Amino acid sequence: METLLQLFGLTESAQLLSLSEPGWGANLLRGLANSLQIALGAFGFGLVIGLFGACGKLYGGPVTRDLLAIYTTVVRAVPELVLILILFFVGTDLINKASEALGGGPVEISGVAAGIWVLGIVQGAYSTEILRGAIQAVPPGQIEAARSFGMSPTLIMRRVTIPAMMSFAVPGLANLWLIATKDTALLAVVGFSELTLETRQAASSTRAYFTFFLAAGFLYLMVTLLSGVVFKYVENWARKGQPKLRGAG
Amino acid sequence: MTAPHAKSSAPVDDSTPAGSLRVEDLHKSFGELEVLKGVSLSANRGDVIAIIGGSGSGKSTLLRCINFLETPSSGRIIIGGEEVEMKADGSPANRRQLERIRTKLAMVFQSFNLWTHRTLLENVIEVPVHVLKVPKDKAIERARQLLERVGLANREDTYPAFMSGGQQQRAAIARALAVDPSVMLFDEPTSALDPELVGEVLNVMRDLAAEGRTMLVVTHEMNFAREVATHVVYLYEGRIEEQGPPAEVFGNPKSERLRQFLKTIN
Ligand SMILES: Nc1ncnc2c1ncn2[C@@H]1O[C@H](COP(=O)(O)OP(=O)(O)OP(=O)(O)O)[C@@H](O)[C@H]1O
Ligand SMILES: [Mg+2]
Repeated sequence: METLLQLFGLTESAQLLSLSEPGWGANLLRGLANSLQIALGAFGFGLVIGLFGACGKLYGGPVTRDLLAIYTTVVRAVPELVLILILFFVGTDLINKASEALGGGPVEISGVAAGIWVLGIVQGAYSTEILRGAIQAVPPGQIEAARSFGMSPTLIMRRVTIPAMMSFAVPGLANLWLIATKDTALLAVVGFSELTLETRQAASSTRAYFTFFLAAGFLYLMVTLLSGVVFKYVENWARKGQPKLRGAG
Repeated sequence: MTAPHAKSSAPVDDSTPAGSLRVEDLHKSFGELEVLKGVSLSANRGDVIAIIGGSGSGKSTLLRCINFLETPSSGRIIIGGEEVEMKADGSPANRRQLERIRTKLAMVFQSFNLWTHRTLLENVIEVPVHVLKVPKDKAIERARQLLERVGLANREDTYPAFMSGGQQQRAAIARALAVDPSVMLFDEPTSALDPELVGEVLNVMRDLAAEGRTMLVVTHEMNFAREVATHVVYLYEGRIEEQGPPAEVFGNPKSERLRQFLKTIN
């Protein structure tokens, strides 16, 4: 192993990336863990917003529909980086004002929670559109059958609409998840110690830019590949009951 | 199922309300277009009413108004002696009551409308378990009997997309029977089927009629109507043009329109 590293002149890189001090490997992994936590939280939060958003757009009154149209249009039109800056500073400002009004001092905001909030709102807009499309793709006859048997609207949503729309939603949601993992990098601008920021710190402290950014790229790639495996299972599950298309996989 | 407190819906006088159905002066418009222009019908327990008529005469709309898949414009719907509470505009006034009444009104659709993400067995137990709160093992036991009855034993783990239209329609009938409906509504149950599959579905329906189920059947199968129906209703442009026992309606039609219709269909 060591001779191999020497052969390629990688001894130094291996030391830099080592998990124990003075290597920076542990920092990168901690950054990755933060990134994943934020991505998962934001994706989940986005799904919740998306489900309500899609229902609001499809079944809501005119006011609800207009508000949701503004939300999805604005969020999808403004560059994510700008949105993150706006949401972050507006959010922290509001929380501090609220705390002041209640007689407290400035509040220390958890980076992970703020990241989930900010990215979740961005993800929610895309989720809304994906789920709206998926719900509309459910054959109306299946919902009609459920109504004709006396199922209540919430029961229909839970037992018919959501399971039936899954196969239409999963491919779009898989993309959205990958975007979530990479958008966490944008949070570096507001100082969250996610993977990109940790990488930059390690790189600038050691001047080994190439090594660290390559390592970070590798970690992002691993996340993507693993996600692909998971989503393949999810997609198979969501497509249960549908004949397989020949040549599609 | 526990008996619901009979609130404002006063029972209508009827000697055997269970399994009975009454429709009084039903009107339905889609915007300007008046599709039903005052239809009245009544069925006692065990009656099989065949509804015939040309395309666009309002047959499906009539059936769909009975279980409020379509909101009537006015009229009264009385199922098993209980009137569906309606607002002035015809929309249901009491969602709970409507949902409860719907569980007694099983509908079989032209395009089956099975839930494609569920197996046959899951389709059949869905409403008993989640709406009627029947214990799952009981529901499964009953579902297996019903699937066997419609000739689908051993297919319970199949998904609908992997079956023929006739099999899907028989499964849909099993799903409808699983709620032990007091009135069954069939909207052209065999029209989407290949000719060689029609017979198997009609046989199941014959069997149900013989068992004494109250059925409303929209159909183009005149032989079936003649043999099985106790009463035939001919709809023309949203009105009942002629009705009576099948022997009368088919053997001795009085209205010129019905005569024309019967000629074109044979
Ligand atoms: N949702 C709707 N909106 C507007 N018009 C409708 C709607 N549903 C039905 N109609 C119209 O109402 C009329 C009656 O339709 P209906 O489906 O009840 O006819 P039908 O007798 O069942 O005909 P078919 O034999 O072709 O099934 C038709 O003119 C149809 O265009
Ligand atoms: Mg029709």
